[in-house]
Amino acid sequence: MLGQMISRLENDNRRLLRARDVMDRDYWRSLDIDRLADVALMSPAHFIRKFKSTFGETPHRYLQRRRVERAMYLLRTTDRSVTEICMNVGFSSLGTFSRTFTEIVGETPSSFRNRGEMPAVPICFVKAWTRPSSFGEAS
Amino acid sequence: MYNAITRSQIFVLDQDEALDFYTNTLGMELAADIDLGFMRWLTVRVPGDPEREILLELVGPPAMDEQTAASARKLLTKGAMGGSLFLSTDDARSTFETLAERGVDVIDEPTPRPYGIDFGIRDPFGNAIRIGELFDNHDVGFAGPQA
Repeated sequence: MLGQMISRLENDNRRLLRARDVMDRDYWRSLDIDRLADVALMSPAHFIRKFKSTFGETPHRYLQRRRVERAMYLLRTTDRSVTEICMNVGFSSLGTFSRTFTEIVGETPSSFRNRGEMPAVPICFVKAWTRPSSFGEAS
Repeated sequence: MYNAITRSQIFVLDQDEALDFYTNTLGMELAADIDLGFMRWLTVRVPGDPEREILLELVGPPAMDEQTAASARKLLTKGAMGGSLFLSTDDARSTFETLAERGVDVIDEPTPRPYGIDFGIRDPFGNAIRIGELFDNHDVGFAGPQA
């Protein structure tokens, strides 16, 4: 818990960030709202509401984007099959993965793979800057 | 034109708490703690590396007006202020174990990368800190298989 100078909003932000870091770390696992809410020291319903109002999307949507970002990285840095990558990043169905990937990225996983190798830069920047930014809401 | 990078800066919400974290938890040493009147000049450094310091700057006046400071504080606690630190270590896994025992917030655990083995943590305010055991010949090139 931060010191007395910190407002309640800033405390909530920090706890939500802690929960989001858990989602980032465990992106391949099923979304466990109860566990994440515990990390954020909130009730599950409050956690979902606050997560959306703080980060602009629901925990489910955030996790999907995180998984697609990981898939984008693996497609261009490994020789694993699309099916294997689909499972590695937490999708249970190849059809759902391909559809979600194409919806977000704008091209199929195979087509994206054909863009070629990705340069090695610190992983924190790769994660932040290759994450797809929307599900098409902007358009 | 230049000799070196001597100071970098990150924003913190409480300088006493920041000093405690960066010295007692992270293992840095106090470099300077000076009351300038208009601000507290507080810097830390890696022991054995006296030429480079990190300024732990409070979010607020005189650098910012109150409204801007409030926005900056919100962004900081959401992890959106940038202000990342990149530190090197001789032993990433051992360093991680020490810091984990001290209860730091972990972003990701030690993982092999093309450039070495690294992991990520956060300070109490939301700043990201990346700590890596770099390979001797680390370079930008083909990215390895690790997610």
